[in-house]
Amino acid sequence: MADQNNLFKYLLRLGDNALVLSHRLSEWCSRAPLIEEDLALTNFSLDMIGRAQALLKYAGEVEGKGRTEDDLAYKRAERQFYNHLVMELPNGDFAFTMARQLLVSAFECLLFEALSNSKDETIAAIAAKTLKEVKYHRAHAEDWVIRLGDGTEESYQRMQHAVNALWMYTGELFEADEVDAELIREGIAVDQNSLRPQWQEYIGQVLTEAKLQVPADGYMQTGSRKGIHTEHLGHILSEMQYLQRAYPDATW
Amino acid sequence: MVTTAYTREEIMGYLSEIADPEIPVLTIEEIGMLRDVLITEKGYEIILTPTYTGCPAMGIIEEDIERLLAEKGVGPVTVKLVYAPAWTTDWITDAAKEKMRKYGISPPEHSSCSQAFSVGSSVSCPKCGSADTQLVSRFGATACKALYKCNSCKEPFEHFKCH
Ligand SMILES: [Zn+2]
Repeated sequence: MADQNNLFKYLLRLGDNALVLSHRLSEWCSRAPLIEEDLALTNFSLDMIGRAQALLKYAGEVEGKGRTEDDLAYKRAERQFYNHLVMELPNGDFAFTMARQLLVSAFECLLFEALSNSKDETIAAIAAKTLKEVKYHRAHAEDWVIRLGDGTEESYQRMQHAVNALWMYTGELFEADEVDAELIREGIAVDQNSLRPQWQEYIGQVLTEAKLQVPADGYMQTGSRKGIHTEHLGHILSEMQYLQRAYPDATW
Repeated sequence: MVTTAYTREEIMGYLSEIADPEIPVLTIEEIGMLRDVLITEKGYEIILTPTYTGCPAMGIIEEDIERLLAEKGVGPVTVKLVYAPAWTTDWITDAAKEKMRKYGISPPEHSSCSQAFSVGSSVSCPKCGSADTQLVSRFGATACKALYKCNSCKEPFEHFKCH
């Protein structure tokens, strides 16, 4: 029997990653450079909100205090969110958004493939479902990174700048703390560090094809597993949670 | 209070009339979303599997189910979303695929999901049947569809992605 508190925390991490990036991508609605991209980015956002809903609902059940997925999304404070920092960074330009999509979805393809074998049946089921979606996200991002990297001088500059700026947020994806360690032992979670070689190989291939430089691993930002965030998360929450904070339990 | 007035088959029969809000020529049974009806001491539990995790039609479908069964006097009813096994376009019946084609949406190909991401996979025009088609956008009006155009008859159309 897994320590329910560890499982609860792990589910919050998975759910918060989807929730926060979903919110970021939704900000592109009506602002993307092409209508097809508006559709693509908001569709990704929709996939992620569905994933967040399923994971946070399960988190609430595991916690056993009667909190719903909406309670968890709208009524937790910043320090109680456990998404990776890369998810909360502002969208930047289109190159930055697509570079993030590539780095994140490549990681998620590996993560959810591994989690589809989790001993926790609910996690395995959600992971199997999610895997189909994130493969699509990755294919889309890969196309754009190559097209912009191997494009004009300006698109190349912007894409290289985006990859460089994002790189120090990638180390966190492969970290593990005692929550991970315990759940890995029980066959529920995945050792994310073990996914790193495959991730690096794939990202290296795509960046090379895009005529981009793979940044050197240097200082890496961290903190999300302890609920420590960049200054950007608070701003997201103030917008996302506004209605439930101003009018608790409002429905329509 | 649960009476045993309704059998699983009767409930499934009622529910098979409910249309998919996004492709109204198809029912939730034909598209493979309606999985089962369980009759327990707590009432009737309707088991659905979502097509896409974020499919906005799910909420509408749940409401449609609750409304229809309330009209028939069936209760209490709960709707449960089950993710495993994951929904796949292979669950869409052949008859439903033909309806989809007539409706103007190119249906997903049979169990070739691993190829869903290769852009060059063969998608035929629902209007003229030509295989000479071109991907315009991986995403359409809903997460489950992509936009194509036919190079033979020039018709733009939607393709229900293999999933
Ligand atoms: Zn045609």
